[in-house]
Amino acid sequence: MPSDNGVTTLDMSATELREINETLQSAAGSNRAFEVVNTRGAHAIAVGLDAPITVTVKGSTGYYCAGMNKQATVHVQGSVGPGVAENMMSGTVIIEGDASQYAGATAHGGLLVIKGNASSRCGISMKGIDIVVHGNIGHMSAFMAQKGNLVVLGDAGDALGDSLYEARLFVRGSVKSLGADCVEKEMRPEHIDLLADLLAKAGADAKPQEFKRYGSARKLYNFNIDHAGDY
Amino acid sequence: MCGIVGLFLKNDALRPKLGEMLTDMLITMTDRGPDSAGIAIYGAEGEGVKITVQSDDPAAFDGLDAVLAQVTGAEVSMKVLDTHAVLGLPEAAADAAVAALEEKGLRVMARGASMEIFKEVGLPRDVAERFALRAMGGSHGIGHTRMATESAVTTLGAHPFSTASDECLVHNGSLSNHNSLRRSLARDGFAVKTENDTEVGAAYISSRIAGGATLGEALEGTLEDLDGFFTFVMGTRNGFGVVRDPIACKPAVLAETDDYVAFGSEYRAFADLPGIETAKVWEPEPATVYFWER
Repeated sequence: MPSDNGVTTLDMSATELREINETLQSAAGSNRAFEVVNTRGAHAIAVGLDAPITVTVKGSTGYYCAGMNKQATVHVQGSVGPGVAENMMSGTVIIEGDASQYAGATAHGGLLVIKGNASSRCGISMKGIDIVVHGNIGHMSAFMAQKGNLVVLGDAGDALGDSLYEARLFVRGSVKSLGADCVEKEMRPEHIDLLADLLAKAGADAKPQEFKRYGSARKLYNFNIDHAGDY
Repeated sequence: MCGIVGLFLKNDALRPKLGEMLTDMLITMTDRGPDSAGIAIYGAEGEGVKITVQSDDPAAFDGLDAVLAQVTGAEVSMKVLDTHAVLGLPEAAADAAVAALEEKGLRVMARGASMEIFKEVGLPRDVAERFALRAMGGSHGIGHTRMATESAVTTLGAHPFSTASDECLVHNGSLSNHNSLRRSLARDGFAVKTENDTEVGAAYISSRIAGGATLGEALEGTLEDLDGFFTFVMGTRNGFGVVRDPIACKPAVLAETDDYVAFGSEYRAFADLPGIETAKVWEPEPATVYFWER
């Protein structure tokens, strides 16, 4: 039911998840605002959206929140389970709490902001998304990341950027270890500009100059018989 | 895929509600493991030891307390819950009682001063109802919903597994070196009863504790000596421990308040816990041991 402020409330204690997602998905062509309440850690909330709508999720969620998002802004006032914003195409997903494994996996576009920590495999195989994590990220993050930007204000776990392609990684804190073929790279002016823009969009209070940039050494792109032992 | 839940109470006033809280958590994890379910509950301690036995035919429990009293010469109490019976007797009579029970073809599920284990094939809701889990009180407990991968769907293949007094283990994952480890543990006198990989993990931890390791050290050892995927939750008489393998692809969430520490495979399992909105909730780090002891 729309309330006085024009926000439609969807109550998961009274309505099936499928019906809630159908309501959100059928809002195509509008710019309406919704809030989802009584989430109780449920899976697949606000998936497959394709309109410039705003969805506020009041509470923590389970797997695959805001998966496949296009255009919509999904704001989770809690923590999210594995696979948040998986395969996102565009739009914005903001998590006030922590995110579990593989946040933003395979995503092609849009902006994912995690205000807490993200655990392992954050941005795995990312293909163009921008991810800004205010806290730390876990091991094997940006594994095989192809395109886009991963910005981490805290620390990164083991094997950051293993088998990386052309995604750019920016970390302000420590990196426990770099994965195969991932190296530290020079921060050039265009990177400072890019990072300043991403930090501003993500509401992150940090200076671009405090970050280090990591990227692919491009030595694993082609098979080299002399490096057989490295693969 | 499997579901794990665990609850370690810091506030004794919640003890009568342990079974109720754990049962709700267990049922929430049905999607992760609908083929069998089990629970280890650390309840009130009596004078002696409690032995939990299972029989597919509960008629086997008729007069069992009297038979055991005769065999051991000790006073024996018995509480029958569906396919399980909990026998209470003096510690000195326990070895003779276990031998007599096994000779009668009964399956010894658990032994200990406080631990009782109930597990069966079926939906978690049905298993909980058969054993009236909701009515059980205690200081801590661990539950498991199973989706079998490494061994058959049977009562003995369900979790928790106990391989030593008051110790139990539940597992989400699969171990790949359990056959070689099973053989080496058997040589050291820690024989397991089933083909299940988790039971080998339990026996490994029991062997380390028997060798003088603390719960924390024994759990650290799993990172070195067990190969495969695991999120383990371990129960002991006084404590409750959690460890995940270094890859950590099997999910895990912890929650802590002044009243309890809770473990769940997913946050969903916590939704009904008192004060969860303000609890500290976090994902346990890979290759890191967590434990709480009273």
